[in-house]
Amino acid sequence: MALPSYATPVQRTYYYAYLFFCAVVFFFLIAPLFAIIPISFSVSPFMVFTEGMLAWPPDPEAWSLRWYKNMIGDCSADVVSSTVPCSTKWMKGTVNSFYIGTIATVIATALGTLAALGLSRPHMPYKGLIMAILISPMIVPLIITAAGMFFFYARINLVYTFTGVILAHVALATPFVVITVTATLVGFDMNMVKAAQSLGAKPIRTFFKVIMPLILPGIISGALFAFITSFDEVVVVMFMASIDQLTIPKQMWAGIRQEISPVILCMATCLVLLSIFLLTTVELLRRRSEKLRGIKAR
Amino acid sequence: MPIGDMLFRSVDDSQINGVFPNTFNEYKKWDKEKDELPPEEVYKALFEELAYGEKIQIGRALTRMNYSKSGWKSLIKTTSREIKKAVKKDELPNNYKEFLITANEKWADPTFWYAMGQMVNDTTPIYYWNALDRTYDQDQNVVMQDEKRRIYIKTWIKTLKISVYVTIFCLILGFPVAHLLANLPLRYSNLLMIFVLLPFWTSLLVRTTAWIVMLQQNGVINGILVWLGILSDDGRLQLVYNETGTLIAMTQILLPFMILPLYSVMRVIPKSHMRAAQNLGAKPATAFWRVYLPQTIPGMSAGGLLVFVLAIGYFITPELVGGKDGKLIGHWIAYHLKTTLNWGLCAALGAILLGVMLIFYWLYNKIVGIDNIKLG
Repeated sequence: MALPSYATPVQRTYYYAYLFFCAVVFFFLIAPLFAIIPISFSVSPFMVFTEGMLAWPPDPEAWSLRWYKNMIGDCSADVVSSTVPCSTKWMKGTVNSFYIGTIATVIATALGTLAALGLSRPHMPYKGLIMAILISPMIVPLIITAAGMFFFYARINLVYTFTGVILAHVALATPFVVITVTATLVGFDMNMVKAAQSLGAKPIRTFFKVIMPLILPGIISGALFAFITSFDEVVVVMFMASIDQLTIPKQMWAGIRQEISPVILCMATCLVLLSIFLLTTVELLRRRSEKLRGIKAR
Repeated sequence: MPIGDMLFRSVDDSQINGVFPNTFNEYKKWDKEKDELPPEEVYKALFEELAYGEKIQIGRALTRMNYSKSGWKSLIKTTSREIKKAVKKDELPNNYKEFLITANEKWADPTFWYAMGQMVNDTTPIYYWNALDRTYDQDQNVVMQDEKRRIYIKTWIKTLKISVYVTIFCLILGFPVAHLLANLPLRYSNLLMIFVLLPFWTSLLVRTTAWIVMLQQNGVINGILVWLGILSDDGRLQLVYNETGTLIAMTQILLPFMILPLYSVMRVIPKSHMRAAQNLGAKPATAFWRVYLPQTIPGMSAGGLLVFVLAIGYFITPELVGGKDGKLIGHWIAYHLKTTLNWGLCAALGAILLGVMLIFYWLYNKIVGIDNIKLG
């Protein structure tokens, strides 16, 4: 969208002001995420840029990996500091987060894919209503869902158990799978199912041999969405989890509220890297899926 | 299902009715016009139910009674001590009314009896009225709470105000960016899209932490301003732990939700429309205002409603960045759920919030359709 060569100076000014504004907004969106990365390598126990870090040439004394060592539970003398307690909580949280996230993702992906397949049949009754109910956990504020789940799970004794947390995360993550898989199914040619069945394949075989390979990119990106939902989720975990179900977000929450320490930033840096990785994967999958379905890239 | 359970909780009052069934039955027969105090049977039923009732159940009922009028808890506790003594000695009183009034003279105070009137039914709207800072007076009329106990109305207004501000800011910041993304060649726009999608994919807590680092008193923004000489070293701005902080952080966090719908709408607007308008003699500003803007309205309303509705229910960010005066309604829901255990009030607050949301979603559905939500 370059400026035409006959643009007046006023138009040029507007155009550059507009570009500048957009640049500022992009900066506003991305800067906070990258500001935390250097601070996580600081020696100082406070979350600030120290003088040594800003000095030129860089002062090697000001940089260190001590908070990363603290994060992975290394409590040797050069790592601990008076204000930052050392514990294995971060590692425990990581293990729990991956454990809960993985199981919730598997269940949510299975349920979501089936639901999406059913919902995209042409003669499905009450399609709109079912879709609305399925998507509702994504739309209703988390705090309401969390409160409702807490009351409900308290009645059936699932509060403070892994099962409860996983089930809650499945409920939250399924809508994402439904949406992504439904989107993949838009260009799906149902005649292929008929062809497979006329050649004698049973429905299950049809699904695994014909449908699944074609919608796999959608399923995988849905699964990634589901995983990140469960992995980042904090409100439900706060209400429903005891200390045994400590996850990364819960530990970060506790960390921000009680001891502001650079260890939080180390974990945050790891999470930013994780999200860059997931974003790239989803983007590649989306392109592949469009290629598979023969939709020309826009 | 869990939400249905919550809605039920918000009006449920059966627990206390399970503890004092006879008292409440007799109470309903009391003719308030005729007698100043309830008849003997009410006192008798109350005596028996306090004497032989389960201790834990009574304890729970007391908490509920205190929501209607403070003072119930101590009143019942002293009374039931007297009753237990009497029962132990096997001396059942001849006149229950007199016995109770001697045990505690508050039983002769009609206001307590009037307050009991709020509890006799299985369901109660009291939590809803409490959630809107209202309570009952002695004649069962709904009145405002004491001046110093009014917190919820203020919080509701603050929540709405911040949500509106966040929506407006997101629109102002998001519109040009979406426009740029939609009009650049795909190669560049895909690259720039990362700037929008990366925050979208990053953990909410990471972004909130990042804002605390940026905004705190010796944080990055204050540091830069001091370094540039705009602020003096002791004139650092208080940007975090107040409403400003909440507003800035929430705007950044919700901005992708505005940009993405706007982008998908702008992408399909043909570029030739603007050129045609200018060709017909419209100035660029007029062409933009009359031709381009009306076509983006579906995107603006979708993004606006999405951001607004998400902002209303926000909890994590205001809680961490908001400090004392940046707390929104979500804070009180969590507070009553975890700290005071006043689950009825918690559920009522949640139900009102849900109601507000549903109205907006209904609008959203009318305008864009609920299954048009797109991700990434």
